[in-house]
Amino acid sequence: MTTTENVSIPGAPGVNPNADAIISIRNLRKWYQVGGGFMGFGDKSYLKAVDDVSFDIERNKTFGLVGESGCGKTTTLKLLLGLEKPTGGQIYYEGDDVATMSKAGKTEFRRSVQAVFQDPWSSLNPRMRVRSIVGEPLEIATTMTKGQIATRVSDLLSETGLNPYQANLYPHEFSGGQRQRIGIARALALNPKVIALDEPVSALDVSIRAQIMNLLVDLQEEHGLAYLLVAHNLATVRYMCHDMAVMYLGVVQESGETEAIFNNPMHIYTNALVSAALPSHPDISREEFLLPGEVVSPINPPPGDVFMTRTPLEVDPEHKWAKERPPLVEKEPGHWVVETPWSMAADAGLKVELTGHKGV
Amino acid sequence: MAESTDAAVEEKEVSSAASVDTDGFGGSAASEEVVLDVKDLQTHFTTRWGVVKAVDGVTYHVKRGETLGIVGESGSGKSVTALSLMRLVPSPPGKIVGGEVVLGGRNLLELSESQMTSVRGGEISIILQDPMQALNPVFSIENQVGEAIKIHQKLKGQALWDKVVDSLRKVRIPAPETRAKDYPHQLSGGMRQRVVGAIGISSAPAVIIADEPTTSLDVTIQAAYLRLLRQIQQEEGVGIVFITHDFGIVAKMCDRVAVMYAGRIVEVAEVRTIFNEPLHEYTKALIGSVPKLEEKTGRLPQIEGQPPLLYNLPPGDAFAPRSTLTFTAEDAARRPPLIEVKPEHWVQLSKSSVADYDKFAHMMPAEEAE
Repeated sequence: MTTTENVSIPGAPGVNPNADAIISIRNLRKWYQVGGGFMGFGDKSYLKAVDDVSFDIERNKTFGLVGESGCGKTTTLKLLLGLEKPTGGQIYYEGDDVATMSKAGKTEFRRSVQAVFQDPWSSLNPRMRVRSIVGEPLEIATTMTKGQIATRVSDLLSETGLNPYQANLYPHEFSGGQRQRIGIARALALNPKVIALDEPVSALDVSIRAQIMNLLVDLQEEHGLAYLLVAHNLATVRYMCHDMAVMYLGVVQESGETEAIFNNPMHIYTNALVSAALPSHPDISREEFLLPGEVVSPINPPPGDVFMTRTPLEVDPEHKWAKERPPLVEKEPGHWVVETPWSMAADAGLKVELTGHKGV
Repeated sequence: MAESTDAAVEEKEVSSAASVDTDGFGGSAASEEVVLDVKDLQTHFTTRWGVVKAVDGVTYHVKRGETLGIVGESGSGKSVTALSLMRLVPSPPGKIVGGEVVLGGRNLLELSESQMTSVRGGEISIILQDPMQALNPVFSIENQVGEAIKIHQKLKGQALWDKVVDSLRKVRIPAPETRAKDYPHQLSGGMRQRVVGAIGISSAPAVIIADEPTTSLDVTIQAAYLRLLRQIQQEEGVGIVFITHDFGIVAKMCDRVAVMYAGRIVEVAEVRTIFNEPLHEYTKALIGSVPKLEEKTGRLPQIEGQPPLLYNLPPGDAFAPRSTLTFTAEDAARRPPLIEVKPEHWVQLSKSSVADYDKFAHMMPAEEAE
């Protein structure tokens, strides 16, 4: 199962061909039918939650997905976890297409890809003791004896910074940070290779966030884990992620190495997001770009560039990219962006100055 | 605190808009007039585990046109302080057991319930965290914004309608005449929070308490809302108490900051002082543990341990168990006093939580004063 040759996986815009990918997502689509189409006649309406998304999650690295609510980042994560069925596209694990895998291959895939969710209050069953919560994956997916499971649970708890004697307690007896540790211990139980993190720290207190982020970073180093991090806090993404993609209305607008994007955000939308992010010091005052209009409905988005309706620049309705979906273009090595006459920040004179100071 | 309230109230100085920077942020419109003065406020809850001192002697003031940030973790008492100001602490089990809340020359804690009703939403109003919970789903926006106006300004009919539309316009809701007829579920999250804001400002309060009003909003919507709050503050000269756990909001919005820990204020200073020269270990650790957007940071320093349980507080310095300084049990056993160690910079002084303790040790009151 550990082939590193990804010869069978097609390349895609926005994907580094030399990446040591453990997960490759290609042209992934999730469309929900929301109306129309009576008995197969008439026009159907689709909510295009995820539309033609491609990226690689590399071994031992973190890939970040950012964007506003409704941009499709959580749906992408659910598609990876198999919680939603894709409408189109492929997910490759270790070079094999998950959809066409053998039963044994699928089982292996499901064990290897685990998740940690946002809300540690609702993601743990309040009626189960910690040892059952953490031990449940072991009971279901392995042939370990009760004694072996108990030992493994103790090890997992100490590894995630909890005390093994707490295994007999219930979730309500823990604080938010500790509960998130329980969630991480459960995700680690089956020795996964990939963990999908859905806003893992946004529900936690500030003083606890650093603890959990550092724990995740340590675990990644120790176990060589790959992470898919879904977050809306850009500072968290810059701290945790090696590579990232910015999504708007189900479509990746800019992707590449995290540092390349933060040092030189090219798309107007990325610049708008960064400019709206809160500063880390009172002397920093970024000029905010408020995009015209509101996020449009993902139901029947424009056939061309989805960002068309939010750009401050003029859109030529006869332009090619107003009629068909523009691709990601590699503008710098490892830095991809959807380039249209109305999408580039440089053309709009809207380059965000990250450390813009007051009184300039 | 430093100012004498009576003298300041007489000045009735209106902040000059000319000194404010046009971009709307950071320019302090604060004047010297204290609009809200909280002295030694104490709110306790009686639970089966014992008495929880949720607010344990909190003192602060807010000036006209100023934003005071109150920062702390969940359970630090920041929200209970806010509810205590409004006298909205559920009783039982909660009880305000001591202190003063002076607003417009009156101690709110001594008012009758009916007097308090006219103050609440009139002179002081609160914007809560979750706009969906703050708005009633079965009443129209017009109804809900109008309710406060009807009670406090006794308006009816056309005058009431005009005022409702005017309030909605003030919070920049597009097409306010149409929106007023809508119900909460027809609006987006950002718009709903603006409606809550419209209710908050409709009676031109002297003080608005904003209890994490943007935590449920998206980054771009949050930025627009914060900008709006700042604009309204400059137009109306209202004092804002901004409760948050996010230092980004503090950096963007606040003129002064009070850091709370375990029901007490551990440090108060001007916002730049808090960021540049924090003295209390907790303040330092909190600021240090936040990842930065502006640069790639190395491993984040983290605060070990958990916030203390409020029904089982250590008798002296509550932060001592998480402090990394070297100190003796005796140092931590004394309740640290809040001392103005530099002009306008107050810190809860103790050997266990302030690294520069020796520099300020001479300011400690004598032991028997306890």
